[in-house]
Amino acid sequence: MALLKVRDLTKRFDGLQANSEINLEIPEGSLFGVIGPNGAGKTTFFNMISGFLQPTAGTIEFAGTDITNMRQDKIAAMGLVRTFQLVQLFKGMSVAENVEVGFHLATRGGVAAAVARLAWFRRQEADVHAKARELLDFVGLADQAEQDAELLPYGQQRLLEVARALAARPRLLLLDEPAAGLNSHETDALAKIIQQLNAQGITVLLIEHDVALVTRIAQRIAVLDFGCKITEGTPDEIKRHPDVIAAYLGTDEAAHA
Amino acid sequence: MRSNRTMTSRAITFNKLGDYGYIAIGGAICIALLFGLVFIQGGYLVTVLQLAMIYGIFCVGLNFFMGYTGQASFGQNAFAAIGGYGTAIFCVQYNWQPILALLVSMGIAGVAALVVGYPTLRLRGHYLAMATFALGLITYDISVQWTSLTQGYMGYSGIPPLGIGPFTVEDERMKLLCLIAVLLFGLWISHRLRDSRFGRALRAISTSEPGAAALGIRVSHYKLVAFIIAALYASASGSLFAHVVGFISPEVFGLQMVVVTFTMLYVGGIGTVLGPAIGAIIASLLPELFRSTGRFQDIAYAAVLLLLLIFMPKGLSALAEIGRSRVPRRSAEG
Repeated sequence: MALLKVRDLTKRFDGLQANSEINLEIPEGSLFGVIGPNGAGKTTFFNMISGFLQPTAGTIEFAGTDITNMRQDKIAAMGLVRTFQLVQLFKGMSVAENVEVGFHLATRGGVAAAVARLAWFRRQEADVHAKARELLDFVGLADQAEQDAELLPYGQQRLLEVARALAARPRLLLLDEPAAGLNSHETDALAKIIQQLNAQGITVLLIEHDVALVTRIAQRIAVLDFGCKITEGTPDEIKRHPDVIAAYLGTDEAAHA
Repeated sequence: MRSNRTMTSRAITFNKLGDYGYIAIGGAICIALLFGLVFIQGGYLVTVLQLAMIYGIFCVGLNFFMGYTGQASFGQNAFAAIGGYGTAIFCVQYNWQPILALLVSMGIAGVAALVVGYPTLRLRGHYLAMATFALGLITYDISVQWTSLTQGYMGYSGIPPLGIGPFTVEDERMKLLCLIAVLLFGLWISHRLRDSRFGRALRAISTSEPGAAALGIRVSHYKLVAFIIAALYASASGSLFAHVVGFISPEVFGLQMVVVTFTMLYVGGIGTVLGPAIGAIIASLLPELFRSTGRFQDIAYAAVLLLLLIFMPKGLSALAEIGRSRVPRRSAEG
């Protein structure tokens, strides 16, 4: 069954057709990749699914509910959680605290609960602290837990963002170019983590510029170019597809366009 | 390199178990000594500290909105005016109990913050700053023009002191003690909220609204709640001012208040729990320290503030952090 259904999704910015009539179905439990050259409209597509941009036309359905034009936090509350191409860490908070913020949806209690600190609230806080440590352990940042998040090297900031997103208990995790700026060692570590969390049952939609990473770990791949989905298939099919090779390496036609 | 890193992080975790920097302990002792001395000596400095406590309460509240949540408000004096005038009108015109007047005024300020904040908080950055600034100016104009309610420039005098039933707080030292208690209560709440689900959401919003929203935090809702909390503190400080000084006028809650409280917030350390209170005490005492310099008082005051902000951009409360990082390093080496 498809967890995410995208129908004729279109976005125009004053005459620029950023996305046109994209159709996509992502099966529950899959590790799905979207690739495309720079400027292909990947991030626009991603921002519409996660509610950060309103589509010009088309619909997005998540777990049977229409989420087109829904507010970002409500989309997240439904289990569709994203990361950012430009990491959006909470500066001035420690690495552990960043993950603790991620537990917002999984916990409850506002001002009154925080002042009263009844037994259930203290238990919940202790639970959040412990689980944040577990997640940091999972992505390999346990030793940096108390460090200021801004001081982490770039590659680890990305891992922290993944850990934080996992705290929100996603059904579908959207990763926006998670390997951008990582060296090959860091990319390998990231690939392993993505595969592990997918094995735990989390559906992953991976948007990447790095074709090698996506063809290695994704089960199915869609290719965007000039705002349109040009093809979709298994990694092997994609690697051999003439349109994909053309989009990435350029043909005479593409060069003139 | 690698082993070095694990050493420090372990040391910091160890340190988190509960020792504070030497400077923090030293600072606490200094403040305690100061209050003790003023208490014994009495007189003018008691009044200075009373006002410091009142401003401190205001700043602890403002810190929720400007520090934790990272939003700008230049109009929080409006809510202090609601508190001050509410108390004055209820107590002088209608003979209400001070506590009741204070609580009802806080309620009015809270509702006002909700009504004003709901549309205003859609704005960001400079626009939000301008809108809140206008709020302060409008409130000032109302307090001057609506003479049938506010008595205009004359203001209200003869506001009764704090008290419950037959017990009233008339002694200046007792007033100071009451204010210290209220400020500590305000700090206690701030401390409890900062490290909680609620506080973490506010602090997340302060550095990345998209990041917070992507994790399911309702950004506009949390900003509004922080704004209302700040308004409640501001209103309480306005009411306390009315009771302690016994007199209010539009000038009390004018632009001056915005400037003074901003100074306090930044000198003490914005976004920290204790910073606003420390800033309020320091910024209130500094002018008194330079009183003997006569006409150079303002210049000396400004110079010291500038130096503080240049050399301690994170505020005085950041000094405690310096003390803190020294402790683990020594224990890690030893």
